Amino acid sequence: MKLLRLKSAVLAIAFSAVSSLAGHAESHAIRNCTWCHGTSAQGYLPAPRLAGQKRQYLENQLVGFSQHTRDNPFSKQYMWFATASLSPKTAHDLAIYFSELSPKPAEDGNQQLAAMGRKIYQDGIPDSNIVACIACHGPNAEGVREIPRLGGLEFSYLQRRLEQWGEGYNKTAMHPMPHVASQLSAKQIAALASYLSFIK
Amino acid sequence: MNLSYRRNNATPLNETIRRRFMKAVSLQTTLQLTFLAIVLSAMGRADAKDAAAVSKQEVQAKIRYCQDCHGLSGQGFRGFFPIPRLAGQQPEYLKNQLQAFVERRRTNNIMFNVAHVLKPAMITAIATSFQQLNPKPLGGAPKKLVAAGKNIFENGVPDANVAACAACHGPEATGHGEIPRLAGQLDSYVVMELTTWTHERGQNPANPDTSTIMKPVAHSLTKPQIEAVAVYVSSLK
Repeated sequence: MKLLRLKSAVLAIAFSAVSSLAGHAESHAIRNCTWCHGTSAQGYLPAPRLAGQKRQYLENQLVGFSQHTRDNPFSKQYMWFATASLSPKTAHDLAIYFSELSPKPAEDGNQQLAAMGRKIYQDGIPDSNIVACIACHGPNAEGVREIPRLGGLEFSYLQRRLEQWGEGYNKTAMHPMPHVASQLSAKQIAALASYLSFIK
Repeated sequence: MNLSYRRNNATPLNETIRRRFMKAVSLQTTLQLTFLAIVLSAMGRADAKDAAAVSKQEVQAKIRYCQDCHGLSGQGFRGFFPIPRLAGQQPEYLKNQLQAFVERRRTNNIMFNVAHVLKPAMITAIATSFQQLNPKPLGGAPKKLVAAGKNIFENGVPDANVAACAACHGPEATGHGEIPRLAGQLDSYVVMELTTWTHERGQNPANPDTSTIMKPVAHSLTKPQIEAVAVYVSSLK
């Protein structure tokens, strides 16, 4: 009985691997992602939510992992291997698939800090030369094109990502984040991550 | 009645007048002194501010802050909103716009927050520093509209009573004084500005500014014409 179950499980995996990605929620490539990112891709820490993320951003990140330009510890540990034999076509299709799933907000930040985070997000801190996040990430932190959606991501994921810019990871990025985020204090980072985690 | 009241209180009339007079004099002196004190302290503060504002490090940090959004070489950036190119921009125009944000003549919440903390000396320093930069245009605009845009830029749209853009912005679109450089500007930014002109600029009717000149132009151009001219100027180096 046990053997039969194992056999059918192996068979099921083999079958799913054969089916093409487009239109098949249970494809092999998708399942390789959802093992860690959650069955509906809503994130399962430390793996972030993928559902509803911007397509171009997802695709760029997959390329970044496979080319080792995104080099923070978890990326090295998991994503470098996960993307080692990923074709550009599959990366593109995966990005489309996950960008079209509807995201659920994590809502796991510190509510007391959310107001402070909102203020920084919308206005920046002009006296300290900290720019407003809203200019690039949008009024509802929805992102656009290659600029990621931040609204509703997990608090600890957002916090770690914001810290990592200042720690020198992902420094080949050709955008303002390494400089912008390295200006932020630990409390400001916690406030931003809290505010963002509640955005629907 | 008043007089009888005063008499009842045993205060002679001329004494009351004298006291009132003295009060008025002392009030006037106080006012004058207060005014003088305010002026002096304001002058003192202005001196202190100016001295502090021209510190090289402060200016450099502030310019780095501008570059976070406007690009490391001031070439502009496509964020959620198009963030304009500042490189090569006319200092007088930049100064006028920074002041317009502060005075809410030009509506832009992000830039209001940025600009309202800037001291006058800082505004001057920022405005002049971006003029020195000359990166290549950010690009990315559809090339097929260039020819139509060039025609509008150089000849205007006579049927719609729109003058040639080149007449004020210059044949190379480099601008002059308060008239901005358009060369190399992001096409999406130019489109956004021309389509929202009267909602964004010249918002204080009591204090009309240079933006008034563009009002009829922005209104008379059709959306396709705006797009074409935006693509053309974005291609200019």
